[in-house]
Amino acid sequence: MNIHEYQAKQVFAKYGVPTPKGIMVESVKDAVVAAETLGGPVWVVKAQIHAGGRGLGGGVKLAKSLEEVETLANEILGMTLITHQTAAEGKLVQKLYIEDGADIKDELYLSVVLDRKLEMPLIMASTEGGMNIEDVAENTPEKIVTIPVDPAIGFQGFHGRELAFGLGITDKAEQKNIITFAQKLFKLYMENDAEMIEINPLVRTGSGEFLALDGKMGFDNSALGRQPEIAAMRDLTEEDADEIEASHYGLSYVALDGEIGCMVNGAGLAMGTMDTINHMGGTPANFLDVGGSANAETVAKGFEIILKNPKVKAIFVNIFGGIVRCDRIANGIIEATKITDVNVPVIVRLDGTNAPEAAVILKNANIANLIVGDDLGDGAAKAVKAAAEFKGK
Amino acid sequence: MSILVNKDSKVIVQGFTGKEGTFHAEQCIAYGTNIVGGVTPNKGGQTHLGQPVFNTVAEAVKTTSATVSMIFVPPAFVGDAVMEAAEAGIELAVIITEGAPVKDMQMAKAHATKHGMMTIGPNCPGVITAEECKIGIMPGMIFKKGSVGLISKSGTLTYEGANQVCNEGYGITTAVGIGGDPIIGLSYNQILPMFEADPETKAIVMIGEIGGDLEIQAAKLIKEQITKPVVAFIAGQTAPKGKTMGHAGAIVSGSAGTAKEKMEALEAAGVTVVVSPADIGKAIKKVLG
Repeated sequence: MNIHEYQAKQVFAKYGVPTPKGIMVESVKDAVVAAETLGGPVWVVKAQIHAGGRGLGGGVKLAKSLEEVETLANEILGMTLITHQTAAEGKLVQKLYIEDGADIKDELYLSVVLDRKLEMPLIMASTEGGMNIEDVAENTPEKIVTIPVDPAIGFQGFHGRELAFGLGITDKAEQKNIITFAQKLFKLYMENDAEMIEINPLVRTGSGEFLALDGKMGFDNSALGRQPEIAAMRDLTEEDADEIEASHYGLSYVALDGEIGCMVNGAGLAMGTMDTINHMGGTPANFLDVGGSANAETVAKGFEIILKNPKVKAIFVNIFGGIVRCDRIANGIIEATKITDVNVPVIVRLDGTNAPEAAVILKNANIANLIVGDDLGDGAAKAVKAAAEFKGK
Repeated sequence: MSILVNKDSKVIVQGFTGKEGTFHAEQCIAYGTNIVGGVTPNKGGQTHLGQPVFNTVAEAVKTTSATVSMIFVPPAFVGDAVMEAAEAGIELAVIITEGAPVKDMQMAKAHATKHGMMTIGPNCPGVITAEECKIGIMPGMIFKKGSVGLISKSGTLTYEGANQVCNEGYGITTAVGIGGDPIIGLSYNQILPMFEADPETKAIVMIGEIGGDLEIQAAKLIKEQITKPVVAFIAGQTAPKGKTMGHAGAIVSGSAGTAKEKMEALEAAGVTVVVSPADIGKAIKKVLG
């Protein structure tokens, strides 16, 4: 789960990680009031969406007067921001963060992420702040300092020294500042089950202080149950409505661009089914994992969500029952045809636990539009063919 | 022969008396797994499914000499359960539970390694040695005894692959579902050499997916150490960038972790890479002749 910059800065403040002062607003009027409260003389007006690259997309701008704050707030609030991290259609800006301008001497980069190879958190820092870190890693990898921190020992003095010297910081007061900064950041990372924290840019001020000018945070979804404060920061308007609805029924759904709706059990088989459709010349309309506890209701819901997509010309149900029982899926398909108008061909392949029983159930139900696939390859081929021949609803 | 577990492996179940633990332990016993007891705090002294229940893993190990534990405890208690097993002298912990916090798994795995305990999972179907020992939630009937070893990040693709291999008439020695979480126990590079050393295993099926670089590391190891034929499939060739596809680990960021990159590395290592999981059985037939 990701949170907004203004929320990340609330979390920073709680841990004493220094940031410029700022206020989140949802209207132009409040933006001006916020700017007055902050005092100026310079403010930054920042679009709050869950994506990086906001500055380049025109969502972060500097204001030198209250009039300018008003003009910029008017311009950015309600705009559709398109960055390299948003989908092509962009994201609607509904919130702004009005922030004090900082006295910037130079810009650095600091993040904490999970290193999957080392299986421990990794502090990453660079003198090349404000740039895309992937580009820095590609072009000038020597400018990135990486420091793994074993959670069993926590953030030690030597980690701090490696960081400070790695960034070429020689002034003793500045060394102390950056080490304290990183120490607090690491504590925050561990205590909140963060998945990644990225500060880009991290600024050094004229007086040798370090400030988090931006803040991006992602958290481990599996740990949200014990992080109620973080969980409360979830902004559902930043997420896909169909994906949220699906999650209420234990379904994992991701919309794609193609024509063949997929309903599969297991993430790996779901991806493998998409790949097979693609390989056979078709295009998958979605990823949908019905999970381990699929029943008639969840299957019916799955059909409903898939059919909301007007591009869908066929649905391929591919189940290899382990815990999931095929007879339950078969009943779900019958249920779905009763409560939803399934107006496209449905190709069904059921294998594994209780597959013979399921075959009998489907045969007796006599559903129009239903085609049986013998195995994964056969089912995918029939789905691709059915979608290609589909004449309309 | 087989790898990791066989009919003589003594197995306990952590989370024995819970709903999931009970259902699957029953299935495992029916398959022939030598389950010698289980652990549920405050239920020590009871009998469940005909086996003794203990309050702690240490007590269970002392009484039953179990060396393997199958873990079904709820997600928030997985880390604790793994560390308890490690200190009690368990040699292999198979963690089935889905949704364990990543931070807990970092700590638990480091502790397991320190105590010399191997782990499989979490969030995995488990491990099965065909017609001998099933430790997990896979449908036992599809795993016929044979000559192909299987390693997979995905549960249902394990079933799909094993089913095809058996339908072609080859059968399975041992199949291991390693799970798709960001932090997992045994992975390709520990299991591939076990299959290489197992005289009954004649070929290996390796099923991977997008995200991380375990498959890239495996390609390197295969090139250097594995002489048996390997057939591989990587799920997620059509997955969009930056989206989590079910498994927390299955996420592509930038060019790293893409299916294409992994498939190319495996092909360069001499692996037979199939573009669809529907072709796994046929590919095994081709490499084994």
